[in-house]
Amino acid sequence: MILTAILVIILAAAVAPTLHRVLPALSHWLLALVPLSAACWFATLVPGVAAGVPVLETTRWAPSLGIALSFRLDGLSLLFALLICGIGAFITLYSGGYLRGHPRQGRFHLFILAFMAAMLGLVTADDLISLFVFWELTSITSFMLIGFNHEDARSRRSAIQALLVTGGGGMALLAALVLMGMASGHCTLSAIAASGVDLRAHALYPAMLVLLLLAAFTKSAQVPFHFWLPNAMDAPTPVSAYLHSATMVKAGVYLLARLNPTLGGTEPWFWALTIAGGVTALWGSAMALRSTDLKKILAYTTLMALGVLVLLIGVGSDGALKAFAGFLLAHSLYKGALFMGAGSVDHGSGTREVGDLGGLWRKMPVTGLFIALAALSMAGLPPFFGFVAKEIVYDSAFSNERYLVLAVLLLANSAMVAAAATLFLKPFLGAPTRAAAHAHEGGLALLAGPAALAGLSLLFGLWTALPQGLLAATADAVRGAPLGLELHLWHGVTPALGLSALTLALGAVLFLALAPVKSLLAGVQKVTRIDHDRAWDCLLNLVEVLARGVTGWLQNGILTRYLTLTFAGMLALLGSTLLLRGGMSWPGMTLSVGDGLGLALAVLMLAGTLGALRAGSRMAAILSLSVNGLSVALFFLLYGAPDVGITQLMVETLTAIILVLVLARLPFLPAGADRPLPAKLLHAALAIGLGACVTAIMLSILGQPLPLDLSQFFGDTSWLEAHGRNVVNVILVDFRGFDTLGEITVIAAAGLGVFALMKARKGQGNRP
Amino acid sequence: MSLAVGGMVAGAIYLFLSRQFLRILFGVILLSNAVNVAILTVGRLTQGQPPLIARNAEIMAQGVSNPLPQALILTAIVIGFGLLSFALALGWRAYQEMGTLDTSAMRVAEPEDRP
Repeated sequence: MILTAILVIILAAAVAPTLHRVLPALSHWLLALVPLSAACWFATLVPGVAAGVPVLETTRWAPSLGIALSFRLDGLSLLFALLICGIGAFITLYSGGYLRGHPRQGRFHLFILAFMAAMLGLVTADDLISLFVFWELTSITSFMLIGFNHEDARSRRSAIQALLVTGGGGMALLAALVLMGMASGHCTLSAIAASGVDLRAHALYPAMLVLLLLAAFTKSAQVPFHFWLPNAMDAPTPVSAYLHSATMVKAGVYLLARLNPTLGGTEPWFWALTIAGGVTALWGSAMALRSTDLKKILAYTTLMALGVLVLLIGVGSDGALKAFAGFLLAHSLYKGALFMGAGSVDHGSGTREVGDLGGLWRKMPVTGLFIALAALSMAGLPPFFGFVAKEIVYDSAFSNERYLVLAVLLLANSAMVAAAATLFLKPFLGAPTRAAAHAHEGGLALLAGPAALAGLSLLFGLWTALPQGLLAATADAVRGAPLGLELHLWHGVTPALGLSALTLALGAVLFLALAPVKSLLAGVQKVTRIDHDRAWDCLLNLVEVLARGVTGWLQNGILTRYLTLTFAGMLALLGSTLLLRGGMSWPGMTLSVGDGLGLALAVLMLAGTLGALRAGSRMAAILSLSVNGLSVALFFLLYGAPDVGITQLMVETLTAIILVLVLARLPFLPAGADRPLPAKLLHAALAIGLGACVTAIMLSILGQPLPLDLSQFFGDTSWLEAHGRNVVNVILVDFRGFDTLGEITVIAAAGLGVFALMKARKGQGNRP
Repeated sequence: MSLAVGGMVAGAIYLFLSRQFLRILFGVILLSNAVNVAILTVGRLTQGQPPLIARNAEIMAQGVSNPLPQALILTAIVIGFGLLSFALALGWRAYQEMGTLDTSAMRVAEPEDRP
């Protein structure tokens, strides 16, 4: 069934462009039904999974390689699947309204549904290889989505940046998964977890950990790989809302959570995750406060949220994992709603700059209401779910007495409060501006998403029992053991409540003193100035310059250089193989009486070769070649191959005649003049080396026994079956008749080629 | 005989590495000869007994030379000759068009300034 859900979404993606062409006004409603029904189906599974029974299914894929399409749905996977399909449905709807009239809207639906399917596969995959395949699919589809406005150079650059960073992480993931599979001997995540093999004690654990963290951190944009996420905001708003709030960037978080029971809980794990998460959270908060573009603010608060999630996995205590589950849900809900709301504001007023917006409340009251609800959840005010989540986050940090973590969380959450206030207060309640004058409410398609998500934020806050079962199952899955999670809106007067109050106060101060805070942050940033974007460009340039240099050196258009490199490569490979594998052998030479003639012919061949090498004039060269060729012909005659010998004689004669004819019209350089001395020595060394290799190979072949089955077969059957007494002829025209036909074709083609070349007059034809 | 083949291959490769088109062509001729000799040699040499079936026999007698390499060489010789004539014609045309037979100076496809 899980596979079916994925396939149905892929199918929907495939028909999306056609559907859109046929029914431009309705297609997004129809398409949204697909993920919506998938979400409903997943929702029916919640009670079973919450009771602790994961759904398993396996389809054979490549049994010979030990790869199966196996899926497993436990609490964590189910929560993600619900978010992906549920938010996905609203995003599909929303993008239909947002991109109304866009010429490539059908293509957009195709991309986003394909991405949805990949993401769904990623969070439900149990098999290591399928996990990797889906992971890469999300990278590729998100590349298409980020680069959707492909006419825009910035958009293209962001897309490539995202692809390279996350694709690089994908390579690391593959390596990590292969290592895990090798170390554990199992190829599914559940089998690895169930086998009891302690990967943490394995010798390869550090390698696995580093590779895995590389994959997760690039995907989830943790410092120092965070730079691609804000750039990726060039994509259309539905993409930002979907990829960068609920799904793709959380894939890394998902991976870490998924592998927490198998790989987590060690010292390196703790430090790597808490430091990266903490730094990301703080950096994201700081940048969110500094930004003035609605989408950038949201992008940076997303970074902050990802940082907090990674931090919570890193801390890894029971409380932290419960907090992880709660915050994951809360963030996806309010961030999706806010992104879509911000998109509506952009759509309605034409700008996303906070400074240009004001007084929208009168023009867009419904959008404003939902943004307000989501912003309140983000700020963590009761009775929203954001508050519930924040309470358990604080509670976990406080009860663990990790005060540094607590401080980071406090700062990040205060920044969140300030950012939430920035998002709502100024654009909606501030003095009306020019941009707001012509602002208008979006249609139903634009409002449904924010309404549903903001509504859920409120509903879950008021009725905490509703998400409790699923979140408990999620926390259990991340821990790998039952935890028992209980959600309450009102905890009584606890330290967490005090911290919440402190957060609000700090947030209010930050918001009111935004201008000085901004300049302070700017000052701090000047000191710690690392321009990742510029570093990225430098890196790419460096690679490009390097590639050009290597290409220029290797492929400079000089034939001699190419051949030298080719031959050198051959010599190195052949020679080293011969030396290492002990291919050198010197069989005992036995000279019989008749071999004297053969020896003389061999000497003649060599003499001809030498003559051709040293020839100073055309005639000398042709004569030397003829000496060589004729001695080869005689050699054939001597060793029982009269047919071959006669053919060689004929061809040799023809060659000599043609050479004489052609050479008379061509200039000839004497032997010594065509290359400088160092090149001469190098080439001579190469030539002698390769010649020696060939000799050695031939000698070792001669040292082996020769299987004569085939020749025996031809000898036995050529008279009885083909009625020919000359075995060689029978082989050519009968047993290997098609081969000979091919040969004749080659000769004909060569003849035609020669003819065409001769007929072509100077100046005719396509000269470059 | 192996030494002769090795020597011919070495000579051919040295000629290949020349800048002179004609010398490269000579290399082709030499290499083709070398390969043919090599094929016959690794098929084992037997003096003076062509692989024919006697008039009164039905199968080939023992001790005659190996027919299979000979068939292969026959094909190879002819193909080699085709290659040579085509290359010669190509060279001749190239000389007509470009006025040089120095391969380093033939830079139409890959001009010097754009590597």
